[in-house]
Amino acid sequence: MNRSLVLAWRNIWRNKRRTLISAASVAFAVLFSVSVSSLQKGGWDRMLDNVVRFYFGYAQVHAAGYSEEQTIDRSMAMDADRMREWEGALGGRQVVPRLESFALASTGPATVGVLLSGIDPEREDAFTGLAARVVKGAYLQPDEQGLLVSAGIATDLGVGVGDTVILLSQGYQSATADGKYAVTGIVSFGSPDLNKLMVFLPLAEAQYFFGAEGRATSFVLDLEGQDEVPGALAAMRGLLDPEVHEVLGWEELIPDLVQARAFDEAGSVIVLIILYLIIAFGLFGTVLMMTKEREYEFGVLIAIGMRRGQLTGILWAEVLFLSLMGALAGMAMALPVVAWFQVNPIVFTGEMADVYEKFGVEPVMPTVVDARIFLVQGATIFLLAAAMAVYPWLRIRSLSPVTAMRH
Amino acid sequence: MSMIVTTDLSRTYNPDTIPVHALRGVTLTIGSGEFTAIVGPSGSGKTTLLNLIGGLDTPSGGRVLVGGTDMSRLSGNALIDFRKNHIGFVFQSYNLIPVLTAYENAEFVMLLQGRPEKERRERVRALLAAVGLEAHMDRRPSQLSGGQQQRVAVARALAPRPDFILADEPTANLDSHSAENLLDMMARLNGEEGTTFLFSTHDQRVIDRARRVITLVDGEVAEDVRR
Ligand SMILES: Nc1ncnc2c1ncn2[C@@H]1O[C@H](COP(=O)(O)OP(=O)(O)O)[C@@H](O)[C@H]1O
Ligand SMILES: [Mg+2]
Repeated sequence: MNRSLVLAWRNIWRNKRRTLISAASVAFAVLFSVSVSSLQKGGWDRMLDNVVRFYFGYAQVHAAGYSEEQTIDRSMAMDADRMREWEGALGGRQVVPRLESFALASTGPATVGVLLSGIDPEREDAFTGLAARVVKGAYLQPDEQGLLVSAGIATDLGVGVGDTVILLSQGYQSATADGKYAVTGIVSFGSPDLNKLMVFLPLAEAQYFFGAEGRATSFVLDLEGQDEVPGALAAMRGLLDPEVHEVLGWEELIPDLVQARAFDEAGSVIVLIILYLIIAFGLFGTVLMMTKEREYEFGVLIAIGMRRGQLTGILWAEVLFLSLMGALAGMAMALPVVAWFQVNPIVFTGEMADVYEKFGVEPVMPTVVDARIFLVQGATIFLLAAAMAVYPWLRIRSLSPVTAMRH
Repeated sequence: MSMIVTTDLSRTYNPDTIPVHALRGVTLTIGSGEFTAIVGPSGSGKTTLLNLIGGLDTPSGGRVLVGGTDMSRLSGNALIDFRKNHIGFVFQSYNLIPVLTAYENAEFVMLLQGRPEKERRERVRALLAAVGLEAHMDRRPSQLSGGQQQRVAVARALAPRPDFILADEPTANLDSHSAENLLDMMARLNGEEGTTFLFSTHDQRVIDRARRVITLVDGEVAEDVRR
C-alpha cells in the first residue's frame, strides 16, 4: 500500500527541524566515512601498486625456498627455451628474469650497501619502464658493459657518469665476487627507498660478477593487473614441481605491506564504528520522540483497524527515509571531495612522509572514487535504520489503544 | 434484529490494588438501525462500556456479542480486522491523522480494507458532501474547525458501511451550535444509511435527539427509555 509511504514521508516533515538535524548528522557521518575510507584505500592502492608494478610484479617464480632465504645460492638455472614455455603458459605475458643479491659499492673513501640487480635491459624496461628513469647518462644495453646507479647512491658515493665504482659481494657457492665498473647512467625513482638501494648491471655481467653463469634468482611474471594473478599462479603451478620451484602472488611477495594495510584498515573501522555509534544514539533519540509523541494517534489508528504490523512498517519507513536522505546527502557531498583529491592528491611532509618513505613509497596520498565504499556506507546506514525500528516495533506491539488515548 | 448484545458485562480496573468497579453487570441489547445515547454522570462507565463493545478493552466478566460474534474470542489481527470491517469509531477529539487531508482521512479505513479506488472516490465524495465539507476536502485537520474535524471523523467511520458506529462523547469539545449540527447530521445519516449509532454524551441537547436513552449510574443501567 503506497499510501503508507506517503504517510511516512509526510510524517517525517511534521518536525522539520528535528528531521533536518537528524539527517544532517547521518550525512556528516557518511561524508566523513566515505572520505576517510576513500583516502585510505587510495593511499594503499597507490602504495601497493607502486611496489608491485615498479618492482615486485604481481607474481614471481623462484627456486623453492628462495623467499625464506634470499641468497644467490638459491638461484636457479635459466634458459631461453624454458622462459618461452612459461610465456606460452601465461598467454604471452612476459617473464622478466633477475639475478639479485646485496653488495657493497665503494669508491674508496665512501662505501654503501646496495641491492645489486642483474637485469635483462629490454624485458626490465618493458616491465618497469626503467629506461625512462635515467636522468643522466644512458640506459643499459644487453651485451655491453654498463652500470646504472640510483640517484641517492650516486650522491652518497659522490660519483657521476664515467666515474668508477667497486662492487664487492659473496658470489655463488661462496666464491668471492668483486669487480670494477664505470657508471654509465643514473636513475631516479619516485620512491626514496629505491633511490638509496638499487644498482643495476646487465644480466650477463651480473652472472659473471656473482660467478653464477646461466642463473637467476627470480622471474617476475609481467601481468596486467590483479585479475590475472589467480590464473597465472594456477598455470605456473601446473607447470612446475613445488619441490623445485615456488610460485608466489603479490600478496605473498609483500606480506608485510599486505598485513600493514589490513591493520591500518582495521584501525579506521574501529574509528568509524565509534562514529556510527554516536550517530546511532542521536538517531535513536529522534526515533524515541517520533514514537512517544504519537502514541495517541497510534491508539486511534489501531482502534479504527490498522494492524500493528502496518503501523510499524510506517514508522520503519520514516526512520529509513530520514536516514537514507542523510546518507544520500552525505554521499553527494563526499563525491566532489573524493574526486577532487583523486585528481589533486594530498602530499605529506614531515613525520608522515618518513613513514611512507620507510615503505619505499612516494609520500603522496590520492583518494579513490570507489562505488563499493559508497555502497558499504549506504548499507551501514540502512542496517542502522533497520535496527532503530526495533523500538517502535516493541512499543506498538504492546500498545493498548485505550491506554494510549487516555491523555 | 439485535446488533449488539451484552450479557452481565462487568469491568474492574486494578483488581489487585485498589479495585475500581467501572461496570457492574450490564445487560443490553442494541438493535439494528438504532440511534441510541448512553448517558450518565462523569465516571459512570460510559467510556468503559463503549470500549468493551468496540473490542478495545477486555471485560472482567460477562460477554459482548456483535452480530453473533463473541468479541472475547478474537485477538490480535483478527480483532483489529473485525473492528475495521464491522465497527466505525468516532472519538472525543484528535480523531484525524494530521498529515492527511479531509478527503484522505475519510478514505482511510476503506483504504485499509483494500477497496478499489473508484468505489472509495465515489463513497468519500458523497459522504463529504453529505456532511457539508465538499469544499474543504483538501484541507488538513489543522485547517478545519473542531466541528468540521468531527464531521470528517463521522464520514471516515461511515465510509466502509460498518454494522454500527460507536461515538464516545463526540460533541464534548464542540460549542453547542456545532454539537447540534453534528448530531443533526448523524441523525440524518442514521436515517439515510440505516447505520446503527451508539453514542455517549452528557449534553442535554444531544440527549434530546436520541431515540433511545440508556442511563448509567455507577456502572449499572439505571434507566432505559425509548422515544
Ligand atoms: N484505566 C483505568 N484505570 C483505573 N480506573 C479507570 C480506568 N478507566 C476508567 N477508570 C475509572 O472507571 C470509572 C468509569 O470510567 P469511565 O468509563 O471513563 O466513565 P465515563 O466515561 O462515564 O466518564 C471511573 O471511576 C474511572 O475513574
Ligand atoms: Mg468517558
